[in-house]
Amino acid sequence: MNIVFKNETFRDKFTFRNSPENIKRFPFPFHEDKYMYAVNMEPHVPAGPKGFAYEHMIDVDEHYVSEMQDRALVLKEDPLRCQALPHMMAGQWDTLELLMEQQAAGYPEHFSLTKNGDQWHWINRPLGIDQKFTFGDASTLPYEPMEYITRQAQGDFCIVDQRDGNLWMDAGMVTTQADWSLDFDIGMNFMEWHGPVPLAHQLGVFDRALKFLLNLQQGKPVRRLNWTMTINPRLDTSPENYPKWGTDRMTVTPENVGDKVHLRCELQSLWRLPRSNAILFVIRCYLLKMEELVTVPKWARRFHRVLRDLPPELVDYKGLTRFRPTTVEWLSKFDDGKPTSPGIFPE
Amino acid sequence: MLVQGIKSRPVYTGLAIDQHARRHLFALECEGVEALQTQVKSVGPAFLKTSDILCVGPLPKVEAEYMWSAPTIAVLLNRLRVNLTNAKMGTRLYLSGTEGFIGQTMKVALEQNIDFNSIRTEHRGSTARRVQCVHCKGITDDVKTSPYTCTHCGLSLLVRDHYSRRLAAFQGVCIDAEEPGTAPPPVEMFP
Amino acid sequence: MTINTEMDVRVAKITPVAEKVKRFRFERMDGKLFPVFSGGAHVVVAMRDGDILRRNPYSLMSSPHDQSAYEISVLRVEHSRGGSAFLHEKLKLGDMVTISQPINLFPYDVRGRKHIFLAGGIGITPFMAMMDQMSREGSNFELHYAVRDRKHGAYWQELTDRYGAHRVKIYVDAEKLFIPVDALLANQPLGTHLYVCGPSGMIDGVLGKATALGWPKQNLHSERFLAPPPGNVFKAKLKRSNKTITVGTHQSILEAVEAAGIDAPYLCRGGACGQCETSVLGCRGEIEHHDIFLEPDDRNSGNKIMICVSRLKGDEITLDL
Repeated sequence: MNIVFKNETFRDKFTFRNSPENIKRFPFPFHEDKYMYAVNMEPHVPAGPKGFAYEHMIDVDEHYVSEMQDRALVLKEDPLRCQALPHMMAGQWDTLELLMEQQAAGYPEHFSLTKNGDQWHWINRPLGIDQKFTFGDASTLPYEPMEYITRQAQGDFCIVDQRDGNLWMDAGMVTTQADWSLDFDIGMNFMEWHGPVPLAHQLGVFDRALKFLLNLQQGKPVRRLNWTMTINPRLDTSPENYPKWGTDRMTVTPENVGDKVHLRCELQSLWRLPRSNAILFVIRCYLLKMEELVTVPKWARRFHRVLRDLPPELVDYKGLTRFRPTTVEWLSKFDDGKPTSPGIFPE
Repeated sequence: MLVQGIKSRPVYTGLAIDQHARRHLFALECEGVEALQTQVKSVGPAFLKTSDILCVGPLPKVEAEYMWSAPTIAVLLNRLRVNLTNAKMGTRLYLSGTEGFIGQTMKVALEQNIDFNSIRTEHRGSTARRVQCVHCKGITDDVKTSPYTCTHCGLSLLVRDHYSRRLAAFQGVCIDAEEPGTAPPPVEMFP
Repeated sequence: MTINTEMDVRVAKITPVAEKVKRFRFERMDGKLFPVFSGGAHVVVAMRDGDILRRNPYSLMSSPHDQSAYEISVLRVEHSRGGSAFLHEKLKLGDMVTISQPINLFPYDVRGRKHIFLAGGIGITPFMAMMDQMSREGSNFELHYAVRDRKHGAYWQELTDRYGAHRVKIYVDAEKLFIPVDALLANQPLGTHLYVCGPSGMIDGVLGKATALGWPKQNLHSERFLAPPPGNVFKAKLKRSNKTITVGTHQSILEAVEAAGIDAPYLCRGGACGQCETSVLGCRGEIEHHDIFLEPDDRNSGNKIMICVSRLKGDEITLDL
């Protein structure tokens, strides 16, 4: 299956758009007409209609090349977006192996990986990379292993160490985050880095999630969906750059909702890593314009209802306050009140 | 972004003396010596015979194996680093003073390979905070208000309860990023 | 939904390594590579012994990066529940067993400045994989290995030859050489981690001494090879499955549940990891807790039981399964 890669931007002129086929594969995060936090983890196995974002375990789509270009720009401006504490080298190699193997297996026309003992040969055609290296020897790569491979994989990546009955975020490549800082959070444990999330702690969501993840097993990755909203298709909505993108939230008008307001979904997958016994936390980000979303009638009805009835703590924490009323008003035109089917897939 | 009252601030559970420890190492700032004195009253002075006490400010009125006073926190941190380099397993570390002091001493301890769960801490004195500006990464000590003006880049920052042990600082985030110029006046929050 | 990730393997080699200890080499039947694992990991080996399906955990002692085979070493236990007897006496070259993906409940702390391993008897096995991995990574470790006598001790010569006498110390009970735990723990630099694996008594002794010498629990790690202890026969009523089963004298509740064709979660099968925790809906008798996972409150409440090792002293227990 050959992907046609787009040439678009996630800043300045914001030329990002989804092709019609790409809209249908969006991992829509609402299975019912309302939303509250839940542990909501399920086995990460292929599911959904053909071509859906769940088909390959590491998903590569038409935005791949442009996203990697945006990542390179973010890192040039702020190298602290990619950090690894010194003890995480085994986890870095585990991550490199996982991403190379998964991308080569899922998209053989775009990626190839050949191994001869520890002499590996990696080819990335879309980015024009042809690299021979020694697995386990970081001096044979132009960057440390995690940085090397995550500059070639969509989404953010955190390598989480497991010790002392807890999980510790000890390495990461974070350039497409919905508003949290790797430089600040690196070294924190599970409860600490989730500290800012309202309501979920009282619901016991994090206690259950932690217990579950501590027993995550090799060969059985899991996934869940998380969401927020972004004004303009901007990938880098980091706290570091908040003064740059914060004002976007003031620019929404009834006329431009369709183009400017985006549903931002994170397909999160968690993998137990072999050598380090750490967990790779993949946060794969997808953007969908409101005008693209409403081309799927079930999603148009459902998202209107979810957004309209969202609890105020979540509205505040997800930063939706300023533009929510205008967006809800705009979406109401597409909600005829008819019932929606359960589950996330389009009808 | 602007939510306050979040759950990731550190909790200081108190300076309870570990009776199994072979050596006790204390780093205390000003009113922090009172925390030590409370322990002596509570469990008796026996542990002082195997204790090293480093202080910023007046020394506690106790008889310990070794006591040393530093003129500033920076000087104490250097000395703490040296003590820890020579320390053996079986040494228990106790920290008491302002949050900024506890954070900085803990940072040194973590760099010297002490697991943070084994460090005993007790907050005494001012609640003023060390805050890192998430935008320019500059750290400002002794922040008493929220918002405050970053002493490095000049942005007006909301002080969150989100805390990093590694940086020994709370997080400061621009309070008027969405509508520049609308920052409310500073309110004393951490006297 | 339980996804099956077990691997069918054939016995490729059986090597006697010491009195009562045999090493088993497994290779995949589908010819694929084994997953890489981390030192300290174990696999659960499912072996068919007549009409009994036995499932026992064994530490992987082969090189973690060697994907061509997995190796375990098994001690022929005196009063075996059947697992070690089967492996020693009945399993033949070429036979097939099924093994789980590697699970690591005894990992080493990568931040450690120094790692001290204390092994007793067959407890040497997880450390062999750890040392192999650590020597490739260049980490600082030393091994103190207590054996009954030189005939019964497995691998002591190989380990000394491979890693050097400066890093591997052997203590032979029969020669009255014992690990000097107090001296060993007295002067270690900050950031040293201690790992102990061997008989329960040894583990309790070492951990007790370390705690008394002021070592915090974050720096102490242990793995026990706990076999489910025997007890009286009793009935287990499984509410959700609508079945009542009998738990035999030498059979754990988990084993009885599995024999009845019901899937119950587990990981370590030794009462340590918490995965098999099951709610107790009622019982006629007293729960015998043999695990090391539940908190005292949970134990006393009588509402929870770790079905891989704990039992009932009584007639019947009703479980949420």
